[in-house]
Amino acid sequence: MARRVSNQRKFVVTLIAWAIGLTIFFPILWTILTSFKTEAEAIASPPSFLLFDWTLENYSEVNERSDYFLHFMNSVIISLGSTLLGLAIAIPAAWSMAFVPGKRTKDILMWMLSTKMLPPVGVLIPIYLLFRDFGLLDTRLGLVIVLTLINLPIIVWMLFTYFKEIPGEILEAARMDGATLWNEVVHVLTPMAVPGIASTLLLNVILAWNEAFWTLNLTAAKAAPLTAFIASYSSPEGLFYAKLSAASTLAIAPILILGWFSQKQLVRGLTFGAVK
Amino acid sequence: MADRSRFFRSELAGPMATAHSRAAARFMISPAVLLLLGWMIVPLSMTVYFSFLSYNLLMPGMEEFIGFTNYEFFLTDPAFFEALTNTILLVVGVLFITIVGGTALALLLDQPFWGQGIVRILVIAPFFVMPTVSALVWKNMFMNPVNGLFAHMAKGMGLEPFDFLAHAPLFSIILIVAWQWLPFATLILLTALQSLDQEQLEASEMDGANFGSRFIYIVLPHMSRAITVVILIQTIFLLSVFAEILVTTNGGPGYASTNITYLVYAQSLLQFDVGGGSAGGIIAVILANIVAIFLMRMIGKNLEA
Amino acid sequence: MTLFSRALLGATALTLVASPALAEKLTIATVNNGDMIRMQKLADDFTAKNPDIELEWLTMEENVLRQRVTTDIATKGGQFDVMTIGTYEVPIWGKQGWLVSLNDLPAEYDVDDILPAIRGGLTIDGELYAAPFYGESSMVMYRKDLMEKAGLEMPDAPTWEFIGKAARAMTDKDNEVYGVCLRGKAGWGENMAFLTATANSFGARWFDENWAPQFDSEAWKNALTFYLDLMEDAGPPGASSNGFNENLSLFQTGKCGMWIDATVAASFVTNPADSTVADQVGFALAPDNGLGKRGNWLWAWSLAIPAGTQKEEAAKKFIDWATSKEYLELVAEKEGWANVPPGTRTSLYENPEYQKVPFAKMTLDSINSADPTNPTVDPVPYVGVQFVAIPEFQGIATAVGQAFAAALAGNVTADEALANAQAITERTMKKSGYIK
Repeated sequence: MARRVSNQRKFVVTLIAWAIGLTIFFPILWTILTSFKTEAEAIASPPSFLLFDWTLENYSEVNERSDYFLHFMNSVIISLGSTLLGLAIAIPAAWSMAFVPGKRTKDILMWMLSTKMLPPVGVLIPIYLLFRDFGLLDTRLGLVIVLTLINLPIIVWMLFTYFKEIPGEILEAARMDGATLWNEVVHVLTPMAVPGIASTLLLNVILAWNEAFWTLNLTAAKAAPLTAFIASYSSPEGLFYAKLSAASTLAIAPILILGWFSQKQLVRGLTFGAVK
Repeated sequence: MADRSRFFRSELAGPMATAHSRAAARFMISPAVLLLLGWMIVPLSMTVYFSFLSYNLLMPGMEEFIGFTNYEFFLTDPAFFEALTNTILLVVGVLFITIVGGTALALLLDQPFWGQGIVRILVIAPFFVMPTVSALVWKNMFMNPVNGLFAHMAKGMGLEPFDFLAHAPLFSIILIVAWQWLPFATLILLTALQSLDQEQLEASEMDGANFGSRFIYIVLPHMSRAITVVILIQTIFLLSVFAEILVTTNGGPGYASTNITYLVYAQSLLQFDVGGGSAGGIIAVILANIVAIFLMRMIGKNLEA
Repeated sequence: MTLFSRALLGATALTLVASPALAEKLTIATVNNGDMIRMQKLADDFTAKNPDIELEWLTMEENVLRQRVTTDIATKGGQFDVMTIGTYEVPIWGKQGWLVSLNDLPAEYDVDDILPAIRGGLTIDGELYAAPFYGESSMVMYRKDLMEKAGLEMPDAPTWEFIGKAARAMTDKDNEVYGVCLRGKAGWGENMAFLTATANSFGARWFDENWAPQFDSEAWKNALTFYLDLMEDAGPPGASSNGFNENLSLFQTGKCGMWIDATVAASFVTNPADSTVADQVGFALAPDNGLGKRGNWLWAWSLAIPAGTQKEEAAKKFIDWATSKEYLELVAEKEGWANVPPGTRTSLYENPEYQKVPFAKMTLDSINSADPTNPTVDPVPYVGVQFVAIPEFQGIATAVGQAFAAALAGNVTADEALANAQAITERTMKKSGYIK
């Protein structure tokens, strides 16, 4: 039974919700607007909101200066690659934790999460030396490996909590029918887990896309993703707000669009087992 | 329904689970465990080794064993306790804002209103913005006391512009980080809220319970697990907040916005003192694990049920 | 499952590994400042002359780039063939043998044409380890109209006393005009570059001959107190977060009467496209206190080749091109003389065309009045005007810069800030074994 709400109340709620939504979104909107200003207008006081000479010169400048497509492709490959690799490793692990829990399952899970607490700045030098020796510096493969390892705990945990919600009797029935483990995972469990896997995938693509320490420090010209692209527009000598805004808009646009279109998917699985 | 599934689950895990399935489970879990073990042990053991050396990256060939000097140096750093406090304040502050704000937003977005989908999109958007970008945008276009939008607003109202990053640096950073994480909290809390049994709510409404008591006795208990999850996940990320500090304040003025991660950065990548930075890294790991143990207790209690 | 993951790994690996290229590829790491961006745009000229060399660029903001190239060269990561580094890095890296000597550049390069002050800072034991791309000192930039309004006249070589008087006279806080904009943002290359150079002119120094930190000296106290008082009376709000860029935008929007900062800023503030005060800017030497040293620094962004690169020849060709006289002419032809990378070659300042540029003479005089090998009134054991060329300096000076920024923000007093600075510096110098 749907709740009945008076139109008057609905109107008030609409007003408040839109005001808050726009406030939260405003910094992004402002960045997008600034990207269409000239550098002088970007710092003008008082600032103009819409009534300025809209210009595309920042975008053409950014386009001329850097290979956006290269950075974009690197970002796609690195974030998607690390997430898929992470899923391939995490699905069996999360499956066995959820359905054949041992005494130490919870400890293992917590230990996995605690590996995420290693501050990257403290281990850059050791990792850099390792990467040098394995020839992984400035390769997409190297970044895929690092980001997989960084996000693996989150992936395992998200999947674990999602798998735990899957009713056991279905698996039991499959086992009665003589399904092997492999069949069980592929034909029974996976289809049911698709929403959870999808949102895990999305969340981790976002996290990997925005990761800005390893991606900056382990790459040079070839494998650098969009985070490095941003670093080439921030804080030079001279005015940079407008160009930085244009670069930022280009860097966040793909993930923003992906996020918006997949919003429903993201929400469905983003429960971390918190919903009963 | 829920009870029955749990019944079956425990049966599966209990005495009836065959040796075969246990072995298989161990086999399936091992790649993840081994990889993470490697990821943890290899850099960690190198870091432990470096932490006992006098090792500056810019002076190779001068490395020598110096025992616990690096640890002593890091722990007696006048910045250390301030950094520790700042780390805690940052985590707690952001958690507070995101959970209170997230709950309020979730309650709001759960109401029927026109343009729900669009508003939801607006609210989650900050989560997709790279931390460096959001820090740059906030610092330059909003908090700058001369050219920032807040300054213009203050001047428009005839007030003296407030210099956020100089006089409330930690608070400003908390604000920026909270803006980035608010969508995440909102999403999870909203999902939890939507699974709330509407009939139960309506029944209590008929019984004359007002909004306050409905919220405290029905909504909040229902969301407690979601809140725990938000705390856990965010804490992991918030302990290592770094880019936002680097971009906005460089940890200052003084040490007013330096956290442990930033202190380790200053040691290892500004000074290139690999020995000192490694010792700082190990201390940060130990501190993080203390937090992890606390969280584990909390989660253990709250997620078991 | 392992089969599956192995297949996936294999597939990923195949698509991820970069394919080797045929032409020789140079990877150039550089800072995202305007002059370097221009070099990147004009690089077609180089590749046209050297069709067998391909260029790959990594352009980043200064601090990220510095961290990136330092990590790489110290670990011999081999990611870069040409690196953009400053006068702080060159002496330290050169001593370690990390850089390729550029003494064998061809005769047409005319190494003797490089300004002596700059060349001196890039040479260690007779070996030139980096070629200057552009050089800068610091000077006073001021608003002629505001100076006139205040009834004052800026001398070519002002004293600090005059700067203090003029700044207070020009300040009109109600109209958002602040007499002087100075760096306050913490960082060894931000507020400490300015404050160290300023302190030199007050007779202060970082260390005495035995590496004992000197923040407890009277001279440092005078310098810091003068700076704090001046900023309190005549500085903009939020000065403790202002670095080069923040002050630039303040000056360009007409909010500063004077600004003492890098000479390269001159071309920005006189550019009518970005600056609302372009036609009102005058220049003067950085101030002094009658002690024989001016408060100006010396810096040169330079190109260097890391030792151990396989592509030494090609890298040298590139550096020869980018820092040559011909490159200056190329820029002049395409973008006008005002946009030529300044501060590296004597011949540029002898060129009558370039002498028409309003800030040319003052830039040259500023550069020539800085002496990195003898930066202070009292003798010191180190090289460098606004820095001390030892590896520990970046870390120490950033922490000291934080202490001074806290004083500027009003959180601590000048005395407390100096005591903190002294303690910070002593700790690190002890740990590193300079002092007992």
